[in-house]
Amino acid sequence: MGEEVVKKPKRKERMPMPEQDPKVRATNFKEVPLGYTEEMAIEEAIRCAQCKVPACVCGCPVNINIPAFIKEIAEGNFAAAARKIKETNALPAVCGRVCPQESQCEAQCVYNRMGRAICIGRLERFAADYERDNNLIELPEKAQPNGKKVAVVGSGPSGLTVAGDLIQLGYEVTIFEAFHKPGGVLMYGIPEFRLPKAIVESEVNYLVQLGVKIQYNSIVGKTVEVDELLGEKGYDAVFIGVGAGLPKFLGIPGENYGGVYSANEYLTRSNLMKAYKFPEYDTPIVMGKRVCVIGGGNVAMDSARTAVRLGADTYIVYRRAREQMPARGEEIHHAEEEGVKMMLLTNPVEIIGDEDNMAKALKCVKMELGEPDESGRSRPVEIEGSEHDIEFDLIINSIGANANPLLTKSTEGLELNKWGYIVADDYGKTSKDNVWAAGDIVTGMATVIEAMGAGRMSAMDIHEKLMGVPKNIEISPEALPDDLECTLPETKK
Amino acid sequence: MYEIVSMKELVPDIFEAVVKAPEMAKKAKAGEFLIVMADEKGERIPLTVADYDREAGTITIVFMTIGKSTYKLSKMKAGDSYYAFVGPLGHASEIKDYGTVICVAGGVGTAPIYPIARALKKAGNKIITIQGARNKDLIFWEDKMASVSDEHIIMTDDGTHGRKGLVTEPLKEILERDGDKVGIIYAIGPIPMMKFSALTSKPFGNLTMVSLNSIMVDGTGMCGGCRCEVKGETKFTCVDGPEFDGHQVDWNLLGSRQRIYLDQEKESLDNYKAEEGA
Repeated sequence: MGEEVVKKPKRKERMPMPEQDPKVRATNFKEVPLGYTEEMAIEEAIRCAQCKVPACVCGCPVNINIPAFIKEIAEGNFAAAARKIKETNALPAVCGRVCPQESQCEAQCVYNRMGRAICIGRLERFAADYERDNNLIELPEKAQPNGKKVAVVGSGPSGLTVAGDLIQLGYEVTIFEAFHKPGGVLMYGIPEFRLPKAIVESEVNYLVQLGVKIQYNSIVGKTVEVDELLGEKGYDAVFIGVGAGLPKFLGIPGENYGGVYSANEYLTRSNLMKAYKFPEYDTPIVMGKRVCVIGGGNVAMDSARTAVRLGADTYIVYRRAREQMPARGEEIHHAEEEGVKMMLLTNPVEIIGDEDNMAKALKCVKMELGEPDESGRSRPVEIEGSEHDIEFDLIINSIGANANPLLTKSTEGLELNKWGYIVADDYGKTSKDNVWAAGDIVTGMATVIEAMGAGRMSAMDIHEKLMGVPKNIEISPEALPDDLECTLPETKK
Repeated sequence: MYEIVSMKELVPDIFEAVVKAPEMAKKAKAGEFLIVMADEKGERIPLTVADYDREAGTITIVFMTIGKSTYKLSKMKAGDSYYAFVGPLGHASEIKDYGTVICVAGGVGTAPIYPIARALKKAGNKIITIQGARNKDLIFWEDKMASVSDEHIIMTDDGTHGRKGLVTEPLKEILERDGDKVGIIYAIGPIPMMKFSALTSKPFGNLTMVSLNSIMVDGTGMCGGCRCEVKGETKFTCVDGPEFDGHQVDWNLLGSRQRIYLDQEKESLDNYKAEEGA
């Protein structure tokens, strides 16, 4: 099969992934992209140049050996491909779905210059799904128990990564999770149609099979304190990966009316509590006929696409221009395909309620782009006299999060920055002895894979501090030669 | 899993469950709350800690059947287990010597006020309890409240037990008589009862703490569903409360927010009762 490619003179385009039709999927919560078939995966995999110095690996926060797993797919060894990925990433089916590959591994692909980067994310997803769906998951060999105990606070992306890394190195690992389900943002934040919950549970189950213990309904800072974990509970280290967690509100009048949600609440009701299946599940949700989501990030898109599926006429209200939306292009595209409408350069100034304090309209002003601000984006400036009311019966605030003080306030000796985030070095080490932290509670809101990458660093540092094993210094994009040239398939061999 | 050690109906529609939860029992303090889920499809509902036994490792909850979730809880028996039982959450009551404390308990609010009164009594306060309900069949834990009270006034709407009238009447009388000796008032019960207790004490200026039972999801500050307005500022009941200065609470907003899901709650309960009946 490889030879065929060598001879092929024409470079192939990226292999598209089949998706549910927008009209159909706007009425269900099933996953939107359907995944590659085996044939599609092989065809895409054999496009890979197998670069000697693979820049894609540097673009991956957990440094997956991308050429190696793609080679396995090209050769039809799908389960082997999944195992290759799992050497450095315990959550391939999750990452294959939610990573922003276009700005990470695929951005570094030599073919990206021609707009034909290898579809690394789709292949990752394919390999992981193949292994899981065919019951081919095998547990890797673990190191001998080293007698050290580590407590991981939070079972989101960073916590799961730390747990997965340390369990394989011989540690006894217990995750303390506040909710009744694992996964953190993967479970409560990202909707089913983007990341099926059965897949999250399956990837977590892989860690459980490796020996990771999960204590649900345990709120560190309340049910148990960090100092208790390090003291009487006998843990040698504590890793904090609790996420950012506290929703931001706009601070405009009327925000506490009924029918005004934080995106956190809206998505948690729908995703974790399965309110979209009400009344089969007991948790209700305000459905709304005309719904407005305030914000332009990925969470706003998730909220809007959820509202569409719950039958609402849905709008995004964003105070800047489309080009400035922080959401992934793919998410915006999917939202619009499903019927979400954009009200750009529109800034909410007040929520208007009815006689029973339920939201009924949003007062907005129109904006225009002015001089660039400190973020380098043109600052939106209000157009005078442009105030207008737009009728909505459900308003979802999706403008970000602040640091949740629940754990940090109850933990002495943990240095915080002025916004309440934990101060940690590049390896997640905090100011408190034997305590590491990573993910959103250190950096503020970021991506799943960034949290995983940071978790990886913490795991290595914990291993060095507790067992004296020096950290594996990872290659970084800066370390690559400037004149990096990869061999293209047709000239290879 | 969190096993129910004992379960009983205290008075019609009000239930008491003692639950095995050793970690929580070690930490729980008066005024804090917890979140309970009956089963995997259940809602996460907040309940104030009604009692704890550190040695036995148990937590006591008391709830009234209102919607599907509380009906589900009421059907569970000793030996059954809750799917989730999380806490303790929120801030504990500030226990210190205030001098004289008035504890106003309305209906099911008797349960959360009991451990507060007990702790305040232990701290040296003189406790005046005003315990109210619609009629004598709905008064529970009278003996428990009596055991921690220096003065214990029972009020019923119909006069079938104690005095006839609302809890606000003796509250006003005591404040008129001895208001300057009252260091703090605790008023816990249904929203109208807390609201009118706060309105009654406001002219006297005595600090009046109320415990809000806002609708919640996570209970840790993550969703903001439990927000309320206190002194014109947005507060989260879960992490800023659940106790607030009753004179500063926006009661109308709170009442409206409790009604957000009224239609769905009714639908849910009707479906449940139909299924149960079938």
